[in-house]
Amino acid sequence: MDVLLDNLDLYGPGFLSTIWLFLISAAASLVLGVILAMLRVAPVPVMRAIGATYVTLVRNTPLTLVFFFFAFAFPLLEIVTSNTFGSASGYYFFAALMALILYTSAFVCEVVRSGINTVPVGQAEASRALGLTFGQMLASVVLPQATRAVVPPMMSTMIALLKNSTIAAGFSVFQAGSISLYLSERGESQMIGLLWVALFFILLVIPMSLLQRSLEKRWSIAR
Amino acid sequence: MRVRTLAVALLAGGLALTACGKEGTPGDTGTAPSQQVASDVKVDGSATFEKMTKRGKVIVGVKEDQPGLGYKDPTTNKYTGFDIEISKLVAAKLGFAEDKVEFKSIPSAGREQALINGDVDYYVGTYTINDKRKQQVAFAGPYFTAGQDLLVKKDDNSITGPETLKGKKVCSVTGSTPIQKVKTDGLTEAGNIVELQTYSQCVTQLLEGAIDAVTTDDAILKGYAAQTPDKLKVVGKTFSNEPYGIGLPKDDKALRDKVNDILDAAIKGGDWLSVYDATLGKSGSPADKPVIDRY
Repeated sequence: MDVLLDNLDLYGPGFLSTIWLFLISAAASLVLGVILAMLRVAPVPVMRAIGATYVTLVRNTPLTLVFFFFAFAFPLLEIVTSNTFGSASGYYFFAALMALILYTSAFVCEVVRSGINTVPVGQAEASRALGLTFGQMLASVVLPQATRAVVPPMMSTMIALLKNSTIAAGFSVFQAGSISLYLSERGESQMIGLLWVALFFILLVIPMSLLQRSLEKRWSIAR
Repeated sequence: MRVRTLAVALLAGGLALTACGKEGTPGDTGTAPSQQVASDVKVDGSATFEKMTKRGKVIVGVKEDQPGLGYKDPTTNKYTGFDIEISKLVAAKLGFAEDKVEFKSIPSAGREQALINGDVDYYVGTYTINDKRKQQVAFAGPYFTAGQDLLVKKDDNSITGPETLKGKKVCSVTGSTPIQKVKTDGLTEAGNIVELQTYSQCVTQLLEGAIDAVTTDDAILKGYAAQTPDKLKVVGKTFSNEPYGIGLPKDDKALRDKVNDILDAAIKGGDWLSVYDATLGKSGSPADKPVIDRY
């Protein structure tokens, strides 16, 4: 308990920062992931190729490397640098967000696509027979049905995102992943410090699991 | 042009990650004098020493990313540096020749746990002695006294000490004592603090001009300055006191006393100086002999 109470200045801001990273990148990667999934099932071959290439590339790159790119290489392109944000820490937070969003959206895309594949082809054909465009068909027929199927794997992806965000510790973003490093230098017991970190992560994951359960209940249909 | 810079950066990044490519010979830490191996050493009541003797070799925890102090050459897997030589000296006086010493790279964050678990017999790697740590591990020494300092570009005359850091981007390893000090003393704005995984990454960023200064113990910074003396310099105004000790299992007082005796003899004799001259001394800074502090 002492380890926690003596170092509240680490645990508080650390987990707050983790929650921010998570919320922003979760929202953005859900949007980008769905767009990518649409690309991958589009009737235009070029679009399919773009989607497939992106997913193949990003999904097979270790997240640390993606972080590495945004932290060290991307600023050299001078599109967005620390001057854009007026501070170094502002840029590194942006870099962490970019890395997490681009990486996670590849996984979200595949989850959504597998959901789309659970919808019988007859549904798509029927909607086309009714004269719906590709966009209308996705929006009002296929995606609503696909959503039900993807709740559990999507939640797993989101929980993975939450834990992946700790990699940002090595790239100048202070968050939950940095806490143990600070503790060791302060001479606190790492074991106990890390147990507290683990406990808070469990507390963050519990509401997500509950949300998953309630969504599954609400959307369950007789097949 | 930008694309080319990016390509170069990516390539360099890739090389750094896979630890291939030559990192420059870190101030070619020449061969330190071989130590006379003591025989029939007895350390009564030391569980750790008993374990070493049974095993027939010593396992020493060290750093692998600090040129001049504790550095592992990625191509030859050879360890060099001042800390490494000190650990060999201690092993020799405990009766273990150089070929009976096994090094284990342990980063700062894992030091206490490695000693508590018994993964290493003792730890030599820029390990600052302080009271809080004494609750978890024991310290012999100090065998060296360092202090927090700043590494800047050679042509940068705007940074002359800790009070000139306002508005400058300062880099160190995530959560390290020096960066915590910069934070708590408010030496620069919170937005200008950069924390990366290793000092090497900070130094790379400094050379690229992405940051203005790297801060940590002067002993570590001298190692980097010695690598690229035409581009970097150490400011040379220390603003903390960092006595380096040898980390030992907390309850092994017998071994702690023995290691203190070994260090004391080495400092008062010529061994300590000859080890220093062969390693850190190459940076051109004079040696300050530490005084053993028995507690």
